[in-house]
Amino acid sequence: MIGIKKIAVHLPYYRLSRKTIGTAWGAKAGKGERRVANFDEDSVTMAIEAGLKCLQQENRDKIKGLYFASTTAPYWEKQCAAICAGVLDLPPGIRTGDFAGSTRSGTNALIAAADAVKAGLGDILIITGDCRPALPRSAQEGIMGDGGAAVLLGNSDVICHIKDSYSAWNDITDVWRMDKDNFVKTWEDRFIVQMGYEKDITHSITAIMERNNLQAGRVDKLVMYSPEGTSHQRVAKKLGFKPEQIQDSLVDRTGNTGSAQAFMMLASALAAAKPGETILWANFGSGSDTLLLTVSSEIERRGNSSVTGLTLEAGKELSYQKYLAFRGFVQTPQELIRLFPSASVMWRTRKWSAALHGSKCNVCGLITFPIQRVCYSCKSRDNFEEFPLSDKKGKVFSYSLDNLAGGPNPPTIQTIVETEVGARIYCLMTDCEPEEIKIGAPVEMTYRRFHEEAGFYNYYWKCRPMGT
Amino acid sequence: MRKEGIRDRVAIIGMGCCKFGENWEKGPEDMIIEAAYEAYEDAGVDPKEIQAAWMGTTSSHWVGMGGLALAEPLKLHQIPVTRVENWCATGHEAFRNACFGVAAGMYDIVLALGFEKLKDCGFPGLGIGRGMHPVMEVRRTAPSSFAFAANRYFHEYGLSYEEGKRAIGMIAVKNHHNGSMHPKAHFQMEITLEQVLNAPIISSPLGLYDCCGNSDGAAAAIICNVEIAKKFRDDPVYVKGIGLAQNSIAPHFEPGFNWTSFAATQNASKQAYEQAGIANPREEINLAVVHDCFTITELLIYEDLGFSPRGRAREDIEAGTFTLEGKLPVNTDGGLKCFGHPIGASGLRMCYEIYKQLQGKCGKRQIKKANRGLAHTLGGHPSVSCVVILGNEKG
Repeated sequence: MIGIKKIAVHLPYYRLSRKTIGTAWGAKAGKGERRVANFDEDSVTMAIEAGLKCLQQENRDKIKGLYFASTTAPYWEKQCAAICAGVLDLPPGIRTGDFAGSTRSGTNALIAAADAVKAGLGDILIITGDCRPALPRSAQEGIMGDGGAAVLLGNSDVICHIKDSYSAWNDITDVWRMDKDNFVKTWEDRFIVQMGYEKDITHSITAIMERNNLQAGRVDKLVMYSPEGTSHQRVAKKLGFKPEQIQDSLVDRTGNTGSAQAFMMLASALAAAKPGETILWANFGSGSDTLLLTVSSEIERRGNSSVTGLTLEAGKELSYQKYLAFRGFVQTPQELIRLFPSASVMWRTRKWSAALHGSKCNVCGLITFPIQRVCYSCKSRDNFEEFPLSDKKGKVFSYSLDNLAGGPNPPTIQTIVETEVGARIYCLMTDCEPEEIKIGAPVEMTYRRFHEEAGFYNYYWKCRPMGT
Repeated sequence: MRKEGIRDRVAIIGMGCCKFGENWEKGPEDMIIEAAYEAYEDAGVDPKEIQAAWMGTTSSHWVGMGGLALAEPLKLHQIPVTRVENWCATGHEAFRNACFGVAAGMYDIVLALGFEKLKDCGFPGLGIGRGMHPVMEVRRTAPSSFAFAANRYFHEYGLSYEEGKRAIGMIAVKNHHNGSMHPKAHFQMEITLEQVLNAPIISSPLGLYDCCGNSDGAAAAIICNVEIAKKFRDDPVYVKGIGLAQNSIAPHFEPGFNWTSFAATQNASKQAYEQAGIANPREEINLAVVHDCFTITELLIYEDLGFSPRGRAREDIEAGTFTLEGKLPVNTDGGLKCFGHPIGASGLRMCYEIYKQLQGKCGKRQIKKANRGLAHTLGGHPSVSCVVILGNEKG
């Protein structure tokens, strides 16, 4: 039976406490904190981070589809799933697609993928990321958070089965962003909760319970999207669920991470789930999706490897000023950049600039990055195999903390990474504290947004301290 | 390469160098005219006698392509003018090709001129994240490349941050002392080691005084067939050897690259030493003007040129080996530290100092024994190096 083989979460390195936001505006502060995407992250890079975690130890040739879901895709036109497929190093002849428009886009994608898996297509990866812009000083500023998540669906070795799903739509202008808007807007609170969230999510939960003759008492966990971290408890109570059955929303830890929110909550539930348990998983946005899941015995056999990335304790507190700058809500000094951006160059070099392939010489075995047609060592010409480096660990060979380069968060940290296979990669380091860097420090590779010269987003790889 | 290479086949009969600095009121053409006419006058040649010219510049704004930026202000319209570029060795590359033009027998008297107008570009440094690809070098800077070398050198040879900073800091103090006596230098002030150590960090561990300035400048040489050199002056300077070599354009991607020495410098000097018949450079070279783009670079150069044993440059620095009074004075004019690095001009500016030292015309900076001097450039990431050896006697 089809189901979830793996689920992964990406939480950005930076945390912004609601107290910090309150202090910045001289207002009463809420409790808890939210995650903030680093200046070099967006919905695409965060979805990729989660996707890479799902693909660890997987044979990428077996992936037959990639769906990307977000309300904050960096492009109106240009498929983000295709960008991600290149970086995730997936085979060329697979299905890709973008899902958008509401915080429900993640489960929209997952349900569509489940049908394709059921029809015999093979494994499908669903990746989601969101980085929703909230007006400074608005309530959303503290409530929303940034993050990514991914689910690998298949019909074998699943940690939980998808038994049923129910979807309903509702055309309501409750939370929206027009094509020309810079920030998320909302209508009056009581209207959007009563006629939107409560009504919609009750609809799909009730419908799937009735169809499956399921009483609230027989559900082990209700994993239910929550707009602000509390409404879901009220709805669940009305539906007859007890507090211990209701999964924590994480909104006080991560913020509401939009399309990724329901996935993060499910990952959190599965991390504690036991075989045979029944989970109801409900998501919301212009309607609702509810899925009926049963946990399989595989979850015990696989242990932690199938649920990754819930590093709620990790990360670093960010100042409010840097938060505004990282999200582009204030302008900071322009970078002194001299580049020659080119769509054709990025396309031509995609095997190393996107997929992070190096080359391994068939004659002497030397592994180099980027791909070299003539070997550095034995000078053999065009006698190499491409060698994937994105999952290779490395160490800092040398580094610099640079105040000349500028950029949104100086000092810029330039590093030469020596990978475990010998290939050297010059790159910038991100998600780190400058004073902690030293020669020999272990690092891993991460894909980030670089700049928008020539009017398009240029992405590339950086390194970061191992395990951040 | 033929064993004797260029040795004693061509001579320098005149040189010129404009005042280096933030030459807001001068365009490239003004600096070119100053350098070229000083050289003409020094050589006693009429501009009409110049049969060919080589011009070196890398990134000067608004000079267009080809050799016209040189031909136009000097009105050298009827002769071949060739533009060359080879990273920070560009000035040396113009000189090298001019020498070859004469040595090949094509021309008797030629002009080599290098210039750079950096200060019109709006950047305080050389620009950031340049070059090879839209993303692979984003936010790489010149100081960061040499900071890689510094951090790696300190690590390899067990120097603490403070020990390393002091060793390279002493190079800055020495070069500023020398530059304080040169009227054409951009920076003509002495500095103390405390100033160096307390200066703002540009790219750790390199602070402000570990980095050379960004300056405008031009320098020129008149080169002739060695047979006719004495017709122009009694004290021509002979070209003894020229070497040029490169390592990878991307040493920061090259597996195994050690970052404590640069093969380009070693190989370029090896070629030049062989032509000049030099077996022991520490004993046989009287002075050197080298590529101190950053203080750590000068330290590595001591070892790569064979002036100091590998890993022991610090001992020579502390012993004063490379000061004006030392055994082997280095950067007697203040180097890039005091002249800045107008890229195309630097190689020729270095030759200018050696030429003047070999003629005994350096006043307070004049070293006692000056028969053979070495000029060295190192450019790229770093990738390209050129070494020129000059002498004031044949043989």
